[in-house]
This record gives sequence, structure tokens and C-alpha cells, in this order.
Amino acid sequence: MGSNNTKYEISNTKHQKHMMLSGLEPLIITPESNFINVGERTNVAGSRKFLRLVKEEKFDEALDIARHQVDGGAQIIDINMDDGLIDGKQAMVRFLNLIAAEPDISRVPIMIDSSKWEIIEAGLQVVQGKCVVNSISLKEGEEKFIWEATQIKRYGAAVIVMAFDEVGQADTYERRIEIAERSYKILVDIVHFPPEDIIFDLNIFPVATGMEEHRKNAIDFIESTRWVRENLPHVSVSGGVSNVSFSFRGNNVVREAMHSVFLYHAIKAGMNMGIVNPTMLEVYDDIPKDLLEHVEDVVLDRRDDATERLLEFAETVKGQKKEDNTTALEWRNQPLQERITHALVKGIDTFIVEDAEEARLSVERPLQVIEGHLMTGMNVVGDLFGDGKMFLPQVVKSARVMKKAVAYLNPFIEAEKSEEQKALGKVLMATVKGDVHDIGKNIVSVVLGCNNYEIVDLGVMVPPEKIIETAKKENVDAIGLSGLITPSLDEMVYLAKEMERQDFSVPLLIGGATTSKAHTAVKIDPEYKNAVVHVNDASRAVTVVGDLLNKEKSNLYVAKLKKEYEEFREKFLKRGKTKSYISIEEARKRKFLIDWNNTEIVKPKALGIQELKQISLKELVPFIDWSPFFRSWDLHGKYPNILEDDVVGEQATHLYEDAQKMLATIIAKQQLTPKAIFGLFEANTINDDDISISKKGEEIAVFRTLRQQLQKREGKPSFALADFVAPKSSNLTDYMGTFCVSVFGADELAQSYKDREDDYSAIMVQALADRFAEAFAEYLHKEVRTKHWGYAPNEDLSNEELIKESYKGIRPAPGYPACPDHLEKETIWDLLNVEESIGVKLTESLAMWPAASVSGYYFANQESKYFGLGKITDDQVEDFAKRKEITKDKARKWLHPSIAVN
Amino acid sequence: MSDIRQILEKRILVLDGAMGTMLQQYNFTEEDFRGERFKDFPSPLKGNNDLLSLTQPKAIAEVHAKYFEAGADIVETNTFSGTTIGMADYNMEHLAYELNYESAKIAKQVADEFTAKEPHKPRFVAGSIGPTNRTASMSPDVNDPGYRAVTFDELRIAYKEQVEGLLDGGSDILLVETIFDTLNAKAALFAIEEVKAERNIDVPIMVSGTITDASGRTLSGQTAEAFLISVSHIPLLSVGFNCALGANLLQPHLEAIASKTDFAISAHPNAGLPNAFGEYDETPEEMAAQIEEYLKKDLINIIGGCCGTSPAHIKAIAEVAAKYEPRSVVGV
Repeated sequence: MGSNNTKYEISNTKHQKHMMLSGLEPLIITPESNFINVGERTNVAGSRKFLRLVKEEKFDEALDIARHQVDGGAQIIDINMDDGLIDGKQAMVRFLNLIAAEPDISRVPIMIDSSKWEIIEAGLQVVQGKCVVNSISLKEGEEKFIWEATQIKRYGAAVIVMAFDEVGQADTYERRIEIAERSYKILVDIVHFPPEDIIFDLNIFPVATGMEEHRKNAIDFIESTRWVRENLPHVSVSGGVSNVSFSFRGNNVVREAMHSVFLYHAIKAGMNMGIVNPTMLEVYDDIPKDLLEHVEDVVLDRRDDATERLLEFAETVKGQKKEDNTTALEWRNQPLQERITHALVKGIDTFIVEDAEEARLSVERPLQVIEGHLMTGMNVVGDLFGDGKMFLPQVVKSARVMKKAVAYLNPFIEAEKSEEQKALGKVLMATVKGDVHDIGKNIVSVVLGCNNYEIVDLGVMVPPEKIIETAKKENVDAIGLSGLITPSLDEMVYLAKEMERQDFSVPLLIGGATTSKAHTAVKIDPEYKNAVVHVNDASRAVTVVGDLLNKEKSNLYVAKLKKEYEEFREKFLKRGKTKSYISIEEARKRKFLIDWNNTEIVKPKALGIQELKQISLKELVPFIDWSPFFRSWDLHGKYPNILEDDVVGEQATHLYEDAQKMLATIIAKQQLTPKAIFGLFEANTINDDDISISKKGEEIAVFRTLRQQLQKREGKPSFALADFVAPKSSNLTDYMGTFCVSVFGADELAQSYKDREDDYSAIMVQALADRFAEAFAEYLHKEVRTKHWGYAPNEDLSNEELIKESYKGIRPAPGYPACPDHLEKETIWDLLNVEESIGVKLTESLAMWPAASVSGYYFANQESKYFGLGKITDDQVEDFAKRKEITKDKARKWLHPSIAVN
Repeated sequence: MSDIRQILEKRILVLDGAMGTMLQQYNFTEEDFRGERFKDFPSPLKGNNDLLSLTQPKAIAEVHAKYFEAGADIVETNTFSGTTIGMADYNMEHLAYELNYESAKIAKQVADEFTAKEPHKPRFVAGSIGPTNRTASMSPDVNDPGYRAVTFDELRIAYKEQVEGLLDGGSDILLVETIFDTLNAKAALFAIEEVKAERNIDVPIMVSGTITDASGRTLSGQTAEAFLISVSHIPLLSVGFNCALGANLLQPHLEAIASKTDFAISAHPNAGLPNAFGEYDETPEEMAAQIEEYLKKDLINIIGGCCGTSPAHIKAIAEVAAKYEPRSVVGV
């Protein structure tokens, strides 16, 4: 049979006939491809869980199953909704539509699996990629077979053909190849179906059932597979592997071995795709010799008594169950207070409501639970934190448990109309006007909150009037201000002045990444006669606030503080005077010189502005620099070493695991949306320090850069970013770029956690969004270097090398050391039309909103490098104002943090 | 009609440029759009460019003639939005067939005049089939990702009517273009296959997708290669990309598919990226210079222009295209 195969020779086209499928991405199956694994958990017939979820219309969770499979390596996902109790057509369409909205799932091709044509067709009508139909057959005759195949071809899908005809399902070698050959001829000769899009399912049936006629089930499948692959050109062979071991249900050791043995031989014979549960698969080489021999005897039908021998042997290798982990719950047997303390210290919120209720029933008034049980537990947390035995992420988790308990108890307290819980004090927290960064502020709020301070959190971008007004109205005991960008420093100074003018007496706490003890001592402290303290980590906040609000000792403490800051100020100012600066003219003479005639200038592949709105978060993950993530939680050390650190390693590991979990959810549910815009332009330096951006020779923007003025050793250049671009006078056309990347959605997501009393997750979201923004900037810079500008097309750097900035060219950001002036962001915004294009806004202090954003410049010259501007003097400020055509006052206001104190 | 497939093996064919940009220069008023026939039509019609085939047929013929004069081998009919779905915006669903029929007729008449004048350079009409303003695989409702504003069948039926009008009016080729959702295109291709089978005819089909931005994917998320695979089940005359990007930015995506298909490759990019005022300011010389890069790399069989291109652009492109051999194609 099948001798007449000459007409199916491979025709001579430029491209070989390989099965090509697509989701959002291509899947091309060539003879060199490894076995194609089809995910089968999204099949109501194969997964009880999936069936239940579909029945209950819990499609979100059903999508998780699909995502899991793709993450787990499934290259195609099989979807089947054939069940008597569900509307299969509607469920198929709904589920496929939802999958289309999930790029992490829909990147792989779909296998539309149904025995009903109307469900198959409904599926084909909602998927844009090239699918596989599973399945059609000659069961109901040629006419129906031809019609269905014609439609499938028109929809553009590959097809699985079952070895089934009018007589029945093929169960021998001869019947399998007879039906396969007949189906193939009809498809190729009559329907003109592309042979490479045909997949045969040659029926995998169980072996070792005890029935004589089942003995050859596996070997017949394997041999007919070999025949089909040799005689029917270009086709594939598939099948559901778990069937073969059906008679050993309950003995996974044997089943897993049978699967791998079967696959090992079937793949060698030419089976190139199939449905395999990867968790039910032993590595062929790891199967013990004796088991292997018994299983192969059965699968390959090598002995008459193979089945009996395997059955006997199977009894000896029944799998052991995993140890249960009841020990993990032993703490539940302890007395109530111990349980509550344990839950708070370990941050376990599973039982806290139950325990709070038990505690409530044991006391007279519900408030006593808070003041008694919970505070006892929180004191332990506070002590451990104070002793450095607990770390910030743990404390924030403890706070989550505390909040949950308090939320449960509150209605009872309200009902009793008792007086409010007496807090140790009330602290107002705010991120100042124009600034949007609030991770640090949120952490301090949570830590103070769980140390029994009442927090009035005004959020971000809070105008000074509102802070003053709220402080009065709420009669707060302290005010905490936070800010990350440099203009915020001036806001803080302004607020201190206002507090002085309005005769405030409460202490002022200053925190945030750009704040410093020096700035606080020199600029803020003199403006306010009462206490001003720089507090830059959360653990210190508790003791500082405690000392400040302690009625007996606070006067003494404040006096000590004032003195300390005064001394610090004097020392600092003296030190400032020892530095000397050169004039801007002199600095320009010492500019960094590049030999423009001998340096390489690469013209960008594409000049102009481009957007990226469809980048998936997953692509950014490898670019994440984790070290700053740990820093935002007050855990200091370099990733990945920090995970092994003697002191913080364990905590860092827990934090990292939680971060990974949240990361997976954020990616899966697409809770954050990255967007970017960048532009590459012709550029030349003019007037020493300015960079003129032009399009076809016409100037469209000018960037003003600042030059180092600190006196340096002879021969050391005074850098400005303008030095990295060829001057107009060189008559060379050089180039530079600008960009803005941003991650949208973090605020909304964080708020949704806050609404559920889960500050830990809220802070985690913000910290991850920041990491994503930075990762996006890293990713985009790489894309620009290797593709869009293309000056380093062959670059191959690891993530570690990227973090170390080993790449060629730089991407400095306004507001950071090389260009601390935020004003140039306005120029970037105008040039790229950032706000209208991707929606990132600038606040009045020129902070970017959303906060998880990065903007900056691209310089490509191989000699360009990162540097710190340091301080500049008045002559440059004046010159800058003139160049930029702004008033001296405005220039001074914005450059203020960089101006040397004289 | 000479067989376009044979000509494609011999030289690079030139497609026309933008219709909309050219029509803007006429500054048609609401009255002009209405003409005599629709003067009492109850809803506003200004902006319905496809309608101009009925109310200002001379202008449409003029634009076609200008592109043929500039050196185009193929012009596109003025039917980018000519489906019942696209016409619903103007309450003109009932005119869909007529618009396609008349538009094809106008273009065919101009093409025939040019072919008669220059028999060595036969001119062709490509019936333009746009994406419609709805997407079959994306939800317009952010709160319900499973929702669809249009179904495959609705698209298939609308496209079928458009295809019939285009063919009856004399189109030589069908051009499914500006595809931002591949499923829409598959519905159009399905409709074309149905018409082909019913009429027992063959008609060359061009398919042209749109890569929306630097992420290198279509709006519906497919990579260039996945897009190619998703439309390759139909025997096509050509596959390629148009719109959204200028010639330089389109190049990597053309490279991505050119080595992976036996179909001819087409491109009709925009005249650069729009400036801050939404205008395209790439000059004919600049655009032609970028397109020459394609030709040097042996990427192209059919080349033309999309948004912002004019007869001057097409002239420059035609001149440079004449200097190069077409990309060699086995499967056409």
C-alpha cells in the first residue's frame, strides 16, 4: 500500500513547505524543530478545573490557565468547549476574544478543538492569526470532509485530520495508513489544501489493558507514523500522549515512564507535535533500567507476558506522596496573644480576623483589642525593627495585618461610640507642590502609622496653602515633607518660611531623595525657629518623632537639634568656601575637545520622531536593575548578592519573591502600560554651550547645557554636554536624540491596594513601576543604539553590563548630575510633542507625571561620558539667562541648587 | 489586459500616491460634496471623499490622470471607505455598491486612455479595499476586552459588496490595504475568495499591512512575519506594507518579510512622519532616495506612496524604480 507516492514529490519553490502558524508571533515548524508541545489544560474535556471555571463564567481565572501553559512552554494552545452543559459556541468565541486581548497568551497560535463544525467556524472567525483546526475526518463521508476543508483553507488555518472514516476509527496499522492516504489525496488533489498544513492524528490508544487486541496499540501508532511521514510529503503527525498509559491511572511513576518511552519512539518515527502534560513526563535517560525494560516491553509489544510483568513491577514503584506541611501551622495551637503577635511579626493575615474576633469576645470593649492584643504585637514588631532584626518590608507587611484587624474591629468600636483610639500624635505627610514622588513618604507614613501615630496623608503635589490650612484644622503634632526633584527643595524652604510667618510651633520633618542634611541645615533650618529634622530613612522616623513629641523631653531634644544643625551649617559653609571656581570664559577655554575630523559620526538610520505604545512589559523584565528596588525598601546591597547577604538576605529574598509574584500579576493582567517617544535629529553645538537641533538645516530647537566651573588640575577639562556634539564651525552634521519613557497605571493600581488596606502591595506597585520605567529607558536606549540610530549595531551586552553603563554613548536626564537643570525638559516636551503623543505631563516644578517616567538626551559619540556638573557660579547663571532669553531671577530660581554658595 | 504577473517579472511596477492629499487642493465645500444629486441629503457630507466619485467625477479622473502622467502603472480607486460599514458614518450605506462601481469605472476609463497612448506601458486599476473604521479582533471598550464592535460575518458581507462593485466597474486588481487588524483583512480575503468561486474567475490580489509604530507590530499586535503567515493562505499577487511610517522606517519590516515569501513585495509608505501640524513634509527627492535603498537591497516589486505623497513624489519614485531590476519572485 502507498507505493504510488511519486506525484507528491517536493516541488521546487524558493521556500520549503514548512507548516507556518501564527499568533502575534510566528511559529514555523521545520524538520529541525523540536517536538511541538500543545498545551491542553484549556480543554473542558481534559481539565475539570477549566470546565468549572467556564461553567461559572470565571473567564479571568480561565485565562490564567491559558497563560500558565504559555509561560510553561506550550507553543500552541488547544481550546475545547465541548460539554453538554455549556453553550460551546458562545464560550469559544468569548474565550478567544478575551485571549486576543492578552498579548502574553495570544502570541502563540491557537488550536480550535471541537467535534462540532459550528464551534470550529465560530472560532476561526475571531482569531487573526493562523490557527490549527482540531479536527476533521471522513467519519461522515467525503462531501462533508471536502466542504469543511475548503472552508478551513479559506479561513487560513492548518488542520488535524483524525484517522477515522465512514467505517470507524482506525485501530490497526493498515487502517491508519489507509485512511491517512485517502484523506491526504482528497485534501491535496481535490481541495488543493497545502500539504504542509495537514496534521494527522493517528489515534493513540491505551496499552497494557489486559485485552489481547490492545497489545499492538502503541507500536501500531509508531509504525503508521513512520509510514505517513515517509509517504505523505510535508505532513505532521500529532496525538494525545496520556491515553497510552490509561490503564495505569493512579501510578504516576509508571505513567510518566510510559509517556517518555512512547514519545521517545514515536518522535523517532516522525511524530512531531502532540498534547503532552509536561509535569507527567520522566526524562527518558532517568528512568531506572528495570522499569525502562518493563515499559518498553509493553509499548513495543516485545513479550507475550509484558503486561503481567509490568503490572507486577508497578506495585513496587508506586509513588510516594509528598510530606504534608501541617507543621507550618503549629503556631495556630498557641495561646491567642502569641498567635496575634506571630501573625503581626510574620505578616500573615490569613487568620487575623478570626483571632481579632476571639480577642474581642474576651475583653469588655473592642478598643481594648487594639490597645491590648494588637499593640502588644506591634510593640514586638517595633522592638525587632529597632534592633535591626526586622526589616522595612516586613514592617509594612505587619502594618497590613494590623490594618486588616483594625478594619474588622472598627464597626464594633463605632457601635460603642467610644472615644477615638488615642494616638501618640498626629503627623501630616505631604509631597510638596510640583512633585509626584511618594514611595518614601508612603513608607514613612506606614511605619509611623503602625507605631500608633495618626497620619494625615495629603498625597502628592500638595500646595503650601493646603498644608498650612490642614495642619491648623487638624491640629497636627508634626509635619513631614517629601520630594524627589530638586525644585522641591525650594518648596520646602518656602513652607518653612510660611510656618515661621504664621507662628507655627510643630516640628518639621524633611525627607526624600534629593534632600540632605546639608540642605536642611543650610537652607531650611534657619528659616524656622522650631525643630527641623532631616529624616531619610523610615526606621529613624519613629525614634525622631517619638523624641520630638515626648512631652517631658522634647524641649531639650529640640534645643539639641537646633544646635546640631547650626554647627553643621557653619562647618558646611566654611567647607564651601575652600572650593574655588573658574569663570565661565575660562571654563569654556578648557572644554573637552573631541577630534572631530577623526571621530566617527554615524547618521541615524531614521531621523525624526517615533513612538512605542505596544511594547509588552515582559520584554522589559530582563532590563530591570533590582538593586535600586531593594534600596527603596531600605535594604542596601547589590542584587543578586543581597539575596545571600548575612544580615538582610532572608528579608531581601522574601521581598524579591513577593515582587516576582506581583510582577507576574502585573504582566498577566497588563495592569501597567509602558509608552515611549523618542526623536533623533541633526545637531550641532553653537556658542560653545548650546546645541542647535535642526531639520533639513533649519533650526527647530536649542538645548542649553551647563559647564563645570570647579577649579581642576591643569589639563583636566571642564565638561558640558555640548562638548559631545560637533560644533557648527566644523562643518560636519552631527546628531543627537531625546526621549521620554513612561509607565502608566501605577497610581490607580496602588490606590486599589490602599483601598483594600494593603499599603505593602501599594508601595510594591510603585516601586515596580519605577523599575519598569528605568528598564524601559534602558531597553529603548539599546534599541536606539542598535537599531534606530544604529551606531552600535553589533553590541552584545549583558544586563549587568548595561547597568554598569558599559555601552557606547550616554543618555543623561535633565535633573540629574550632568544636567541638573530641569528647564530643558520643556524643550524636550516641545520638540517631541510628548504630552499630546503619549500623555506624560510636566508639573509646575517640571516633575513628570506619571511619576514612573524617564526623559533625557542621547549622545552617541564614543568619547561622550557621564559627569557631574558640580556647582556653578553667578557669571554662568547670568550667561545662561541671556542665552535662554529668560530673566536672571528665573534662571537663578531653577539653577539654585547648583549655584555655589559664596 | 496584459497579464500583470508577466510584467511584474520584468520590471518594478509603480503604484500611485495619496488621493486625499490631492483632493484637499480642490477645497471642495459642502455644496461641492453634495452636488446636484444629494443637495437635499439630510446629514452633512463634507469629508466623504469616496462620494466625490459620484458628485465630482472629473476631479477624481484628473487625480488619476496626474498619477499616470507621473509614471504610475497602477492607480487605486477612490474607494478606501467604500463599504456599508464605512459609509454608515454618512448614512450612505445604500450607495456602497454604486460608489465602488463608479469609482472603478472612472479609474478604468483613465487607465484605458493611457494604455491606448502608450501600449508598451499598460495601465492598471487596483480596487482599493480599506480597513473600515472597526476592528474585528480588538475591543473598543477598555472595560470589556471581550467585546467586538464588528463581526467577521458583518465584515465579510460588507467587503463582498465592495468587491463586486469594484470588479463590475472594471478593476484589474484588488488591493486590501492599510490593514491594522489582520482579522479584518482575513474577512476581506474570505469575501474575495467567495466571489472568485461564485464567478469562477481569478483576480490578482494585493495585500498591504500597516506597522503602526516603532514597536514593529500591527495595531492588533502581530509582528511583520506573523502578519505574513496569517494572510498567506490565499494566492496573492503581492504582500507588503503601507501608511503610518515613512520609507526609511518601513525598510526593516519589508526586509523581515521579503526573505520569507514567494509573493511579490509591495510598499507604499507615507512621505515621512507627520510634523507637529499633521502635515507630511518629506520632499520627492528625499523619499525617492530612501526608496532607492529598498531597490539596492532587492526588496521590491511594486512601489508607490501613501499619505502626503503627490504626483511629484511618484514621478521621482518612478524614475528611480526604472533604474533597478525587480526583486526576483518564484511564486507569482
